[in-house]
Amino acid sequence: MTERMGFFTDTSVCIGCKACEVACKEWNQLPDDGFVFEATSYDNTGQLGASTWRHVAFIEQTRPVRMNGDQDDGVDRWLMSSDVCKHCTHAACLDVCPTGALFRTEFGTVVVQQDICNGCGYCVPACPFGVIDRREGDGRAWKCTMCYDRQRGGLEPACAKACPTDSIQFGPLDELRERAEDRVERLHADGHPEARLYGESPDDGVGGAGAFFLLLDEPEVYGLPPDPVVTTRDLPSMWRWAGAAALSVAGVVAVAFAGFGNGERR
Amino acid sequence: MVPEAEFRSYYGRPVIKGPIWHEPHMPTYLYLGGLSGVSSMMAVVAGFTGHHRLARTARVAAALGAATGAGLLAAELGRPERFLNMLRVFKPTSPMSVGSWILAAQGGLSAVAASSELTGILPVVGDAAVLATGVTGPLTATYTAVLVADTAVPAWHEAYRELPFLFAGSALAGAGAMGMLATPRAEAGPARAVAVLGAAMETVAGAVMERRLGPAGEPYRLGRAGHLMRSARALTAGGGLLAVVAGRSRTLTALSGLALTAGALCTRFGVLKAGRASAADPKYTVVPQRQRLADERPA
Repeated sequence: MTERMGFFTDTSVCIGCKACEVACKEWNQLPDDGFVFEATSYDNTGQLGASTWRHVAFIEQTRPVRMNGDQDDGVDRWLMSSDVCKHCTHAACLDVCPTGALFRTEFGTVVVQQDICNGCGYCVPACPFGVIDRREGDGRAWKCTMCYDRQRGGLEPACAKACPTDSIQFGPLDELRERAEDRVERLHADGHPEARLYGESPDDGVGGAGAFFLLLDEPEVYGLPPDPVVTTRDLPSMWRWAGAAALSVAGVVAVAFAGFGNGERR
Repeated sequence: MVPEAEFRSYYGRPVIKGPIWHEPHMPTYLYLGGLSGVSSMMAVVAGFTGHHRLARTARVAAALGAATGAGLLAAELGRPERFLNMLRVFKPTSPMSVGSWILAAQGGLSAVAASSELTGILPVVGDAAVLATGVTGPLTATYTAVLVADTAVPAWHEAYRELPFLFAGSALAGAGAMGMLATPRAEAGPARAVAVLGAAMETVAGAVMERRLGPAGEPYRLGRAGHLMRSARALTAGGGLLAVVAGRSRTLTALSGLALTAGALCTRFGVLKAGRASAADPKYTVVPQRQRLADERPA
């Protein structure tokens, strides 16, 4: 395996232009997913899905922003964030895929092989972030590939390439983590104590995300789970309980027959 | 009722995606898998104890349940023509992969057992196959609990301890009911006993699950899922009690068998509905995770 590659999405410099969404759609030739008016914000994309691999969230907050010293200028805060597949270290979608269609690439990313996927849909509820989905009409599961094809050609993913503010940064994961730490320190020093990293820690419930974020509020405000855990972490325990239940099935049937002695001998 | 928990979200949107499995395919398969698995176990024990008429019913029910269930699963796929990709790899981390192999074995073995029983050809092979289903049967009846629990769906994942017993009880009740309905009543005694014990297990497992889950179990109590789960409880308990007193009465046996079958189906549909509801409301994802973080890092 070559170096593990990743995304660092610094939402503090996101301007909500959606160039990432468009670049992703164009490069990956994703079908449109309808023209929906959500009537909540400038976000009419809604969520990540089979045909939406970058999703820009818009959060309008009435909390005043501190401008000069302690002066409130009364301006509402507007958070914007480009969400994407997290390419987890411990990826539930990959773990539960029964066909081996989902695999880990040489870049440490998680990709669906479209010639293998039979559309069982198991990965969809397994993902703790609600990223992967089955495409209607096509029947297969789709999600961000971190532009596997572009990476193999030595190019950066389309979204990172298109991002005009470098909110989306692509590179070796270790390097991005260092860069992100520096950025958080800088923001804290600049009077933004609410800045925090999300998904950068290898100690979290998914073993760290290959695509992590700098957020300015709690993750759930952006539609992200506050403490995601890969479901397969409990799998050994699940099998033990199911094994006990299987044994009790055999036991119950044996007991049920025991009361009747030998049946009709004909 | 539990007080409404305070939490934040992105315009109330779900954090995770719910199960996209279809109705009636998926819950009906859960029922049929249970029916097939327990029927196999009944066929094994009935064979050993000389309940030949019941053994025959159980062998046929096991084969039909597995075959119909596998058909429903194939129809459920986004690409049904790639059904055999399920057996492309054996993947211990995927309950669906493990389950596909279990079901393939159960389906094949139970088909051989039933064919041999009905045609009288190669009885030794049939007996060997039925013996092997003594292993695959109970697994077929219970692996489905791991299948649904191994997801990010809160109402399923949090219930991974009780779901196998709920499904096992439901499967015992369903297969017992089928044995009662499809065997001459004079020879269906053990099937009635299986049904009664299964109904008891399902009732107890459901009660324990509800109690232990607390607020996380709310999706099992509200809305359509709540309606189905309550119906399941009433039908299962009622059918189980009827089976105790049914004896050789034709009417009581029919009522009991139908009630238990309906109860087993309601349980499976109710569990799917509860899973969907718990995925659709971000509350069930965010609040327990926040609680977990608060417990880990006390302020």
